[in-house]
Amino acid sequence: MNPSSPTAPRDPAGSGAPSAVPANPTASSFTWKRPHLLGLEELTAEEILHIFTTAESFQEVSTRSIKKVPALRGRVVVNLFFEESTRTRMSFALAAQRLSADVLEFAAGKSSVSKGESLRDTVRNIEAMGVDTFVIRHSAAGAPHYITRCTNCRVVNAGDGQHEHPTQGLIDIFTIRERKGRIEGLNVVIVGDIGHSRVARSNLWGLTKLGAKVTLVGPTTLVPRAFEQMGARVGHDLDAALKEADVVNMLRIQRERMTSQVFPTTEEYVRLFGLTRRRLKATKPDLLIMHPGPVNRGVELASDVADGPNSSILRQVSNGLAIRMAVLFLINQVGASPDDVVEA
Amino acid sequence: MTEVRPKVLLDAKGIRAAMNRLADEIIAALPENVPVGVIGIRRRGEVLAQRLVSELARRGIAAIEAGTLDITLYRDDLAELGPQAIVRQTEIGFDLTGRYVILVDDVLYTGRSVRAALSALNDLGRPRAIRLAVLVERPGRELPIQADFVGEHITQEDVPVTVLLTESDQQEEVRVG
Repeated sequence: MNPSSPTAPRDPAGSGAPSAVPANPTASSFTWKRPHLLGLEELTAEEILHIFTTAESFQEVSTRSIKKVPALRGRVVVNLFFEESTRTRMSFALAAQRLSADVLEFAAGKSSVSKGESLRDTVRNIEAMGVDTFVIRHSAAGAPHYITRCTNCRVVNAGDGQHEHPTQGLIDIFTIRERKGRIEGLNVVIVGDIGHSRVARSNLWGLTKLGAKVTLVGPTTLVPRAFEQMGARVGHDLDAALKEADVVNMLRIQRERMTSQVFPTTEEYVRLFGLTRRRLKATKPDLLIMHPGPVNRGVELASDVADGPNSSILRQVSNGLAIRMAVLFLINQVGASPDDVVEA
Repeated sequence: MTEVRPKVLLDAKGIRAAMNRLADEIIAALPENVPVGVIGIRRRGEVLAQRLVSELARRGIAAIEAGTLDITLYRDDLAELGPQAIVRQTEIGFDLTGRYVILVDDVLYTGRSVRAALSALNDLGRPRAIRLAVLVERPGRELPIQADFVGEHITQEDVPVTVLLTESDQQEEVRVG
């Protein structure tokens, strides 16, 4: 199609008009309709794949000498983080900047929140400055959903309590697909503190929608049976689960979230659930080893395994940029056109 | 509004002749000892660029790099396009700096997609020169942009043009009206 005519989308007879025959029979006529990304639970397989296709196009931008495109020029993205984060915050900031958006950083500790301002007031005050997108991390599940009801801005969930961390889920699934060429039929084992993990939940929703078989493994105190209702298998024997595994995603042991004694000692955890080179001898040789970071070396992952050839840890980080660029781009396109129907 | 049947301006044979004319003009203007890159604007410019490269190869001008440019992120009407805008991949596997670049598109009309393409190329490197080759040129420029190589000129104003190519549309013709 020739996009030279600014009226092309509304002028079916113009030279730039899409012809009666689709330009590419394999390209879907799919249209992204969500102004927010709150979780993978509500996304369809088609929507997830559309984000992946868009992210593949954005990967190329990061290989250029000038790593920037003007797509979101003049838009403002606010990083609204009520929990500590380094890499997710930096990744969102850089993704927004590569799309030429301006980025505002909000740190709850040094802000008016410490003076007692409510979440609603914080958001409404920042919105009044003329911003377009909130990227929010909050310890309360549902906080991003609540913000969508307080503002007209776009909202991206960057982690809400133990609920979801959709961009991390997308990054992990995108990386698996990149390495394995498919998702359907793969055996994916997620190991660790599943109960407290929003990353595990987002992975589980996305992977099952795309046809992977997910097994959750960890101590009984950290892997509740309730996850079977979300379509996962639950196990407590890592070696048994790894035998058939194509992918293993080792979650971080989140000591800061452990309020009670959920396992006796770190040594025992490592012996039962740590991924070591010895344990890898009985697995498929091309087992893909993932970790959403930051790694506790010597706890969930042995150092030589984390740095080994099967590890995709750093690739997950670079794919994070492309996924976040795709998400920021897609949600900001919704409602941009006057003809557009916005579905919340 | 009465329905006007579009007229076929070029059939498959006509398109082939127009591409031959383009190749003739391009060869006549080709600088010596400068690496050449042919870059098509997605989607139909991509098809035409590939045809052009094989036509040039057939005439003994080989070793020309081919690439594809997606201009979606550079369009000045991106906001109006909304979620209809599909971002596709830019695939240019060679360095643009110092190269003689022939930018290829199907129709030159307002000049806005060429403007977007020039901005995109500017972010990718500094070519020695950029030339514009189009299959069809029609009046209606909104920017000071002109083609260097043209397959077919249309002089009538305000008449829509549709280009259909086998690779992208399973049909081969240029319609007017």
